[in-house]
Amino acid sequence: MEQSWKQAKAVFAGAMGPPLFWLVLFFLVPLGIVWVYSFGQNVGLTEISFTGTFSNYARAIEPLYLKIFAKSAGVAALTTFLCLVLGFPVALAITFAPSRLKAWLLLLVMLPFWTNLLIRTYALIAVLRTEGYINLSLGWLWQKIGGLAPLVGMQPVGAFTPLELLHNNFAVVVGLVYVHLPFMVLPLYSALDRLDRSLLEASLDLGAGHIRTLLVIVVPLALPGIASGVLITFIPALGAYLTPDLLGGPDSQMIANVIERQFKRANDWPFGAAMSFMLLYLTFIAIAVQAMLSRSRGRPT
Amino acid sequence: MNKITKGGASRRSLLTTLGAAAVGITFGPALSACSPKSGGAGGAEEAKLNFYNWDTYIGETTLADFKAAAGVDVNMSLFSTNDELFAKLKAGNSGYDVIVPSNEFVTRMSQAGMLMPLDHAKIPNMANIDPTFLNPDYDPGRKYSMPYTWLALGIGYRKSKVNGVPDSWKWLFDSPEYKGKIALLSESADLVRLCAKYLGNSVNNIPPELLPKIEAMLIRQKPFIKAFHEDNGQDMLLSKDVDLVLEYNGDIAQIMAEDPDIGFVVPKEGSLLNSDTLCIPTGAPRPDNAHKFINYLLDAKAGAEISKTILYPTPNAAAKALMPAEYRDNPVIFPPADIMAKCEYGAFEGAEKAQAYEELITKVRAA
Repeated sequence: MEQSWKQAKAVFAGAMGPPLFWLVLFFLVPLGIVWVYSFGQNVGLTEISFTGTFSNYARAIEPLYLKIFAKSAGVAALTTFLCLVLGFPVALAITFAPSRLKAWLLLLVMLPFWTNLLIRTYALIAVLRTEGYINLSLGWLWQKIGGLAPLVGMQPVGAFTPLELLHNNFAVVVGLVYVHLPFMVLPLYSALDRLDRSLLEASLDLGAGHIRTLLVIVVPLALPGIASGVLITFIPALGAYLTPDLLGGPDSQMIANVIERQFKRANDWPFGAAMSFMLLYLTFIAIAVQAMLSRSRGRPT
Repeated sequence: MNKITKGGASRRSLLTTLGAAAVGITFGPALSACSPKSGGAGGAEEAKLNFYNWDTYIGETTLADFKAAAGVDVNMSLFSTNDELFAKLKAGNSGYDVIVPSNEFVTRMSQAGMLMPLDHAKIPNMANIDPTFLNPDYDPGRKYSMPYTWLALGIGYRKSKVNGVPDSWKWLFDSPEYKGKIALLSESADLVRLCAKYLGNSVNNIPPELLPKIEAMLIRQKPFIKAFHEDNGQDMLLSKDVDLVLEYNGDIAQIMAEDPDIGFVVPKEGSLLNSDTLCIPTGAPRPDNAHKFINYLLDAKAGAEISKTILYPTPNAAAKALMPAEYRDNPVIFPPADIMAKCEYGAFEGAEKAQAYEELITKVRAA
């Protein structure tokens, strides 16, 4: 029997109190402090005075920083798109896997979370670097296959030139996709798993092919899952800072790297705070767009 | 096998972020650390000391030896950048007695009232210090700091991949010769200062009209740069990701022992010197023990023990005399005197300059 919360105020307060307290103390209060900083000015080396100035925001929307914001959004969008393309078949496969296997497959998706992000990123360095596992394997194959070339009358191959896989934007996107793939797979899975199978059977019975069924039936029905997957992949990717720092090249800085440097090396907390909030506003806009999209979809046409 | 950890002992190694920095390491039996006032050597103070240091930046037995000598338990925790140290103490001293900031930060922290003046009468081992280190611009008269080590930035390189000795900043900042094989340190102020040095200026008081020139030069050079590294340049050099790297002499000296194909040179234009120093932060709970500990670290034998482990140049003349010739005469650890004469310490010139340098490098990286 469902009860209105008004009839069980004590229970409601008991259940909501601790999380609310947690949210206020460890999320809203720190966020509020940073927000106040963003309207402040440096005084001397350790003090920040709150003058209500908008100069930090004015600086944050200079073309230099807007360009970095745009670049970060571009990298995050590409990451999200690749995660979607890779994650959708994975989620679909898990949905149609035998139920005994499902739990294990989901576990495999979540397994990387058990390892620290820094360690996973260092592992990627070991894989991608000039003398890393990929280049070593390719070099080995090159030698073995190249050794056969003269036997079949071909020119002997030259020395192997290692691929430039690390310290460029490619490596950053690879790292971000690797890290964020589970964020995409899990919401997609939960949307696809709830799908009414009889609709698929009907579509197939009525003569639609598998591809057509996928595009016309499955994708539209899974759209809310796709939207939330896109959102929770895009947002952390937009704020990524460790990955571009460790895997990136000289032009791979993202906005979070610039923010980090304001808080540390430049010791300019107000400006760093203003940029953090710019990032937050962008995130809000993304969420609002998603909400609008899902509302317009919900409306009968 | 594991190329990541091969670099091993680097005081600024990124690996410290893996957790050592956060956890802190307690030395000596926990019980005695807890017992209040074990009396004797500690005098009126508790026989304890909180030491905030860089990773791999102390002798293997130094802390145990100090406990044997003075009866004071040292609890050492680690930081990995000066910014981290500054940010932590900015909010107030949470109980550290001795810290190890670099020269520029000694000025910055003393200006901000974050350091306690040292009582030289309690540090007789100051006499061991090489007199050239006794009156630096960043701390005139050594009012707040005692020198612990010093470092020079230079070019670490792979001998078999480089034409001769790359003894000019040109190869890093102004030449396509080693395209895609260069890694620069991602410290904005250091980069701007070394570029100014290359262009014939001092590392300090860089004229504002020079900054656009430096920016243009670095933007021109950017396509040839492989990466801005987080002070793990020695690892990148060792794993052959790059052939030229902007790094500290001590870091390269450590990997030269592993790979004879690696060399190091302080370019002929001169370079930027850093010095790590022992200071007592304002509000230190045990200043007496802190003075005792600093005095102990400046002892000739203790100093030699430390240098043996960390391989950084020491400003302690008495300790250096106790070291073997391969340390004393190592041109990587102690670059030649004529080059040293052209090197300078970077002075702290106010927050605005630091922010301007930061923005310059942000522009370069966004270009």
